[in-house]
Amino acid sequence: MSRWDRFTDTFFNTKVMARYLPDILSGVVVTIELAVLVVVTGILAGLALALLRSLAIRPLNWLIVGVVDVFRSLPPLVVIVLIYFGLPSIDVSPSGFVSTWLALGLVLMAFSEEIFWAGITSVAKGQWEAARSTGLSFGQTLLHVVLPQALRLTIPPLTNRTIAITKGTALGTVVAVTEILGQASSAMSNSYNPSPLMLGAAAYVVLFFPVVVAGRWVETRFAWKR
Amino acid sequence: MSRTIVDARGLHKHFGSLHVLKGVDLQVAERELVFVIGPSGSGKSTLLRCLNRLEVPSAGQVIVDGIDMLDPRTDINHARQRIGMVFQSFNLYPHMTALSNVTLALRKVAGKSRAEADALGRAALVRVGLADRAGHTPGQLSGGQQQRVAIARAIALEPRVMLFDEPTSALDPELVGSVLEVMRALRESGMTMIVVSHEMGFARNAADRVLFMDHGAIVEEGPPALIFERPAHERTRAFIGQIQRH
Repeated sequence: MSRWDRFTDTFFNTKVMARYLPDILSGVVVTIELAVLVVVTGILAGLALALLRSLAIRPLNWLIVGVVDVFRSLPPLVVIVLIYFGLPSIDVSPSGFVSTWLALGLVLMAFSEEIFWAGITSVAKGQWEAARSTGLSFGQTLLHVVLPQALRLTIPPLTNRTIAITKGTALGTVVAVTEILGQASSAMSNSYNPSPLMLGAAAYVVLFFPVVVAGRWVETRFAWKR
Repeated sequence: MSRTIVDARGLHKHFGSLHVLKGVDLQVAERELVFVIGPSGSGKSTLLRCLNRLEVPSAGQVIVDGIDMLDPRTDINHARQRIGMVFQSFNLYPHMTALSNVTLALRKVAGKSRAEADALGRAALVRVGLADRAGHTPGQLSGGQQQRVAIARAIALEPRVMLFDEPTSALDPELVGSVLEVMRALRESGMTMIVVSHEMGFARNAADRVLFMDHGAIVEEGPPALIFERPAHERTRAFIGQIQRH
């Protein structure tokens, strides 16, 4: 057996891959479910917090900034573990799936709130003044004038952050979520061969590459000449 | 004398420790064009911005077209429809076409249908000579064209008063004329206008009255010929000498 053969036999063993492909695919489904839930709820919650913050109610803003800073500084894994092992002590026992969703959703909420907030504050003051001078209310100005401009600015950082956090679905393995990495590592220990891990890695690329490309497309699609 | 449409009395404005307006009174009659000149930092813009409550005065009273602008019970969004404002930096919405810039408030504030708003919006663009630019975004327009769209955005709401805050200061010299042209036409249509600007030529042949402000107060006022040729105060003379030298 040549070195090259030994390498492919270890990492790209077709027999092992074929055998565990169904497991990896079921992991892909779980990862997609988890990722979609995290992205949708995390971004919506982040936007909601940023809008609340724009009302400039001081005690509320302290609270928002506090919550956001905590979730931005904690490692997502710690949040998952806290929710999964901590909540049962107050008689709430979320599944591993729900714990991972909640944890990553909260972390994405925190980062996207900061990104949306940066977008809102970067819109020139003159835009507010022009809109308000024509009689638009605060809410109408935010909705029709400021947000459309802010959202375009937020797309690149938001895409990056979203990809980084959805990849964190792999952390769900520690609380027994059967997503891609969980399936791959149990397949790896059952087969004594790391090929399923390669399969899992390929699945991540297949999943996230289109997201990266889509982010780039959205970025150019919504750019306007200043 | 026709009736007073803008009546501001005893306006004071503090920004922290800065006393920007020190008891300014300003009455403007219907169809009058009042020009406000003065060195930067003299409070001209702040005075203008107090009139539509973009800035809330620290003290004083502002009545526009019979509406108390500072009364908390006043529906400020409704009241602002009667007061058009044009800014130095145009402040067009960059993500919208020229027409949408003009129609946004018509639809959302004046409650017009899209068809009605579009018709009024196009009519306003015709008045500023930009009927053929309705579908362009601000980025595709010159500075002069952008400022004319901004004027169209304000006049489409049929305001009773128009406030101009240095409307030509951000423009290349060759583009100033087109904006002044539109302002002159607006003046001839009988619009009441308060203009903060240093366009002396325009002031001379269009203004009814010129106010000279310095250090947050009105130093003197009068017809343009008087203020420009025979100002009573040394400060006015010095300022006018300075801007005419350039």
